[in-house]
Amino acid sequence: MNPQIKIEALHKCFGELQVLKGINLEIEKGQVVCVIGPSGSGKSTLLRCINRLEEPSSGKILVDDIEITDPKNDLNKTRRHIGMVFQQFNLFPHLTAKQNIMMAPLELKLKNKSDASKKAEELLERVGLREKADAMPRQLSGGQQQRVAIARALAMEPDIMLFDEPTSALDPEMVGEVLAVMKELASMGMTMVVVTHEMGFAKDVADRVLFMDEGIIMEEAAPAEMFSNPRNPRTAEFLKKVLTP
Amino acid sequence: MDLLRVFGEVQPLLTKGLWITVEVTVLSLLLALVIGLISCFLALSKRAPLRWISKVYVGLVRGTPLLVQVFYIYFAIPQLLQLMGFDVRFTPFIAGLITLTLNAGAYLSEIFRGAINAVNPGQMEAARSLGLSHAQAMKKVVLPQAFRICLPSLVNQFIITLKDSSLISVIGLADIMYQSKIYVGRSMEAFATYTWVAVYYFVIITILTQVAKYVERKVSA
Repeated sequence: MNPQIKIEALHKCFGELQVLKGINLEIEKGQVVCVIGPSGSGKSTLLRCINRLEEPSSGKILVDDIEITDPKNDLNKTRRHIGMVFQQFNLFPHLTAKQNIMMAPLELKLKNKSDASKKAEELLERVGLREKADAMPRQLSGGQQQRVAIARALAMEPDIMLFDEPTSALDPEMVGEVLAVMKELASMGMTMVVVTHEMGFAKDVADRVLFMDEGIIMEEAAPAEMFSNPRNPRTAEFLKKVLTP
Repeated sequence: MDLLRVFGEVQPLLTKGLWITVEVTVLSLLLALVIGLISCFLALSKRAPLRWISKVYVGLVRGTPLLVQVFYIYFAIPQLLQLMGFDVRFTPFIAGLITLTLNAGAYLSEIFRGAINAVNPGQMEAARSLGLSHAQAMKKVVLPQAFRICLPSLVNQFIITLKDSSLISVIGLADIMYQSKIYVGRSMEAFATYTWVAVYYFVIITILTQVAKYVERKVSA
C-alpha cells in the first residue's frame, strides 16, 4: 500500500530565507509521527505545507495518492480530510464551543443541523467537555479551548490530524489533559503529525520521531532509539538541552 | 434674546429641517455602507489595479474638504457634463446625497479595512484548514468579528456624517441649518436661533450615541 502522506524534495523560501531545504518523507496510514527540533528549524512550516496553509516553493506533496501541490487540485476538498490544531487554538471567539464544532460541517453542507448537533455533542463528550457546549471560548481555560479545537477538527471526520505545538501555549497543569485526548486519538488509529516540545509524549505515543534542524530532517528513528541513542551529534546536543531540566 | 419666544417661532422650521437632515443622512449612510464595503474589498483584493481604484477614491475624498466636494458635485460636475452634451442638473438634495455618500463611503472603507485586518490571521487559517473557501471563511468567521471591532468607529462616522450634512445647506438644501439661517436673516435673532439649532443637533446625536452604546453592549455580550 502507498503511504498516506508522501513528500518529495519539498523546499520553502520566505524571500531570501530558505526554511525548508529538501524534505523527503513518507507517512503510513495510522502512524503517529512527532517532529522535534529547535525553533526556526522549519518544523511548523513543514506541517503547514501538508495542508498548504503555506505554499511550497518547490517539491511535491501527495496525500492519499492525490497530488495536493497540483494547482488543479481542489484544495478546499483536500483540507476537509486533514484536520489541524494550532498552538494558539484559534477558536472562533464569536461562537460557542458547540457552534465552533458545528460550523464547518454545516457551512459545507455535509450534515444537517440535527446530525451536526449530535456529532458535536458526541465530540465534546469525547474530549470531556460535554457540560461546556454553550460556553464561549473566552470562558474556557487554555486546555479546554485546545480540546474544543481538537473536537472542531474531528467534526470534519479527517483521516489525518496535524498538530502544531498544541501544548506550547498552555499553562503546565493543562498540558496533560490535551495530551490525553491526543493519545486516545492515536490509539484509535488516526494518522498524526505532531510538532511538539513534549518529549514524553513523543517517547510514549510516536511510532517515529523526526529531528529537524536548519530546514532538513537530520535524523529519524523510533522514539526509543532516538532518545536513548541518537546518531547525529546535533540530535544528541538538542536532546541533552531539552531532556535535562 | 427671548429663547422661549424664539423657540415657538423657529420650532416648526427647525422640525421641518430636521426631517431633511435625517433623510439625507440616513440615505447617504445606507448607500455609503454599500460603497464602503465595495471599496474595502477592492482595497483587500489580490489584484493591484483594483486596490488602486480604492486608494485613489479614498485619497481624493480624504485629500479635499467636504465643502469643496459639495460645490464640485453641485456646480462643477453638471457643467462638465453639459460641455459633454448631457443636460444634467442635480437638485440640492441629490447633490448633497451624492456628496455625503461618497464622503462617508471613503471613510467607512478605511474603517472596514482596518477592522478586517485587525482580526487575528489565525482565524482565517483555522477556517481554511477546515475546508472553507476564502469567501466562506470571510462570511462565517472574519466578518462577524470585524463587525464587532468596527462598531464604535462606525457609530462615530454616523455622527460625523450627521454633523457634516449641515454643510449641504450652502447649496440650498432645506435642512435645519438652512432653515435657521433664513429665520435669522428675517428676525435677527441669531443667539436664540443658533442655540436651538445646537440643541437640536445635540439631542439627536446624544440619542444616537445611547442607541449605539446599547447595541454595542448587546453585540459584545
